[in-house]
Amino acid sequence: MFVPCGTAARRDFKGFTLLMPSVSVGNVGQLVIDLVISTLDMPKVGYFYTDCLVPMVGNNPYATAEENSTELSINAEVYSLPSKKLVVLQIRSPFIKNKYRSFCQTVLSWVKSSKCARVILLSSSHAYQRDDQQLHGTPLRYLLSPTIQKTVGDQMQKLNWKEMEKVAAYPEINNAEKVLHIPGGGITKLLFTERILLSMSFSFVLKKKNWVEHQPAYSHFKKTTNCSKEIPMAVLLKFCSEGDNIPDALALVNYLNEWLQLIKNESSSTTTTASHWKIPSSWRLLFGSGLPPALF
Amino acid sequence: MATFFGEVVTALSRAGVDEEEAEREETPEDLEIRRELEKKRCRRRWGRDLLTLVLPTGCNAVAFLSSFILDSVRWEVVGAVSLWNEWCRTLDATNVLPTDSFCLFYRLISDPTVLLCQCNCHVAEDQQFQWLEKVFGYIQKKDLQVIILSTCPVTNYKTPESTLTLPSPFLKALKTKEFKDTICCPLLEQPNIVQDLPAAVLSYCQVWQIPAVLYQCYTDVIKLDTVTIETFKPVLSSKIMASLVKDVPESTEMLKKLLATNEIHNNIYT
Repeated sequence: MFVPCGTAARRDFKGFTLLMPSVSVGNVGQLVIDLVISTLDMPKVGYFYTDCLVPMVGNNPYATAEENSTELSINAEVYSLPSKKLVVLQIRSPFIKNKYRSFCQTVLSWVKSSKCARVILLSSSHAYQRDDQQLHGTPLRYLLSPTIQKTVGDQMQKLNWKEMEKVAAYPEINNAEKVLHIPGGGITKLLFTERILLSMSFSFVLKKKNWVEHQPAYSHFKKTTNCSKEIPMAVLLKFCSEGDNIPDALALVNYLNEWLQLIKNESSSTTTTASHWKIPSSWRLLFGSGLPPALF
Repeated sequence: MATFFGEVVTALSRAGVDEEEAEREETPEDLEIRRELEKKRCRRRWGRDLLTLVLPTGCNAVAFLSSFILDSVRWEVVGAVSLWNEWCRTLDATNVLPTDSFCLFYRLISDPTVLLCQCNCHVAEDQQFQWLEKVFGYIQKKDLQVIILSTCPVTNYKTPESTLTLPSPFLKALKTKEFKDTICCPLLEQPNIVQDLPAAVLSYCQVWQIPAVLYQCYTDVIKLDTVTIETFKPVLSSKIMASLVKDVPESTEMLKKLLATNEIHNNIYT
């Protein structure tokens, strides 16, 4: 649940764009969110208190001086910048086993109740699972829900972005039927395909009747019930592998910036570079402590 | 990826959710097993309004409180939270031993608003939220303050120097925004974080604006150890703990007894 904090606590983000990460390969989405919060100096507006994430705490990961270094941070927090109509959810720990579906439900419910205009999900996918076509060209991809396609689809065309390809559901057997496949993407596919908000009673009915998506009864139920409402959602992702994922994060945040223009590019080049983004203080020692001198 | 010994193992993904896991639905049998496990996992047997909650977690923190604070004259047992997970060594819910999976609650007889919870068992990550609900669900949040003591391997501490050169054990603190009292040691610097039950409790206190402080001892000894236990001593001078401290000779005697008992239990021949 969202618990506001601070002096000007608000629960409603009407018309705002929500940026959130998927906990995915290389933690790229989470690194991007860190860069956005750190660079735009976004103030914390609340906590996303949930039993779905592994608990963790630490001091302020975006501290710039000793005065602001002692504020405690938890595993999921919300930051906001009203001047850019931007709200950001940062997730700092993995899901507890079997809790990711519950988390998706909770997040989608919160998005609806807080009246966010759209959600942009930042994610990544295993580079080693690319097919022959995907090995060439840009490793960056996007996905748009039908609602958001109408408003920004043209912009994606102008930016010359590449949409995430669907793959054959049964390779070598039937190449006609295509499905979305985002290996290593965490909850990306689940959130994107289930952005249609399901009420708890709807889910309960599905389980009771043991319905599955391709059955005609399922489609009829969805059409006739008034509890399904689509949340406009876009996914931006990068193909990558586990390792030093800071370059992947910088590539994805620049990709995001091409669209949202969160920071202006003052130079003549068309793309923002690494120097435009402020690396948070918590990114120190990402690969552990110093080495013992005796090792050498 | 290949390990040191040349075997090939699947590399773990930080995504945490595999496609196969995402698509596999739980059978009715899975749901029934989960329900039965949930019943066994966390049970509470007490409820009381209080103003101060002291929570040592782990054997060294528990031994520190047992030696320097707890005794059978001034404190009484008022309840327990029992839980079961894969780390449990017993399934018996009736005979409570110090090594069993119970969190014991002691109340100060002279001041019933002070509660101490000895948590010497492992609380699994998927039990921590439930544990919080069981414990804090029955406590008034107004005027409550919480102090948590915990230990952690020094190898988990991130520093530009090697951890081998650090003078361990040492104490670090984290506090919620509402905690205004003086703390007895330096704050834990970024990029260091805290996990497990102490993190769950501190997160709860931060979200619900309860003054709370965690004192975490970084140590290179994983078992019960005098040096690690005595690293917590500065905490005794804090406002919360100062009025609860026992006599020093009594504490020293208790500490020796605890260490001797532990050595007997750890002897592989008994």
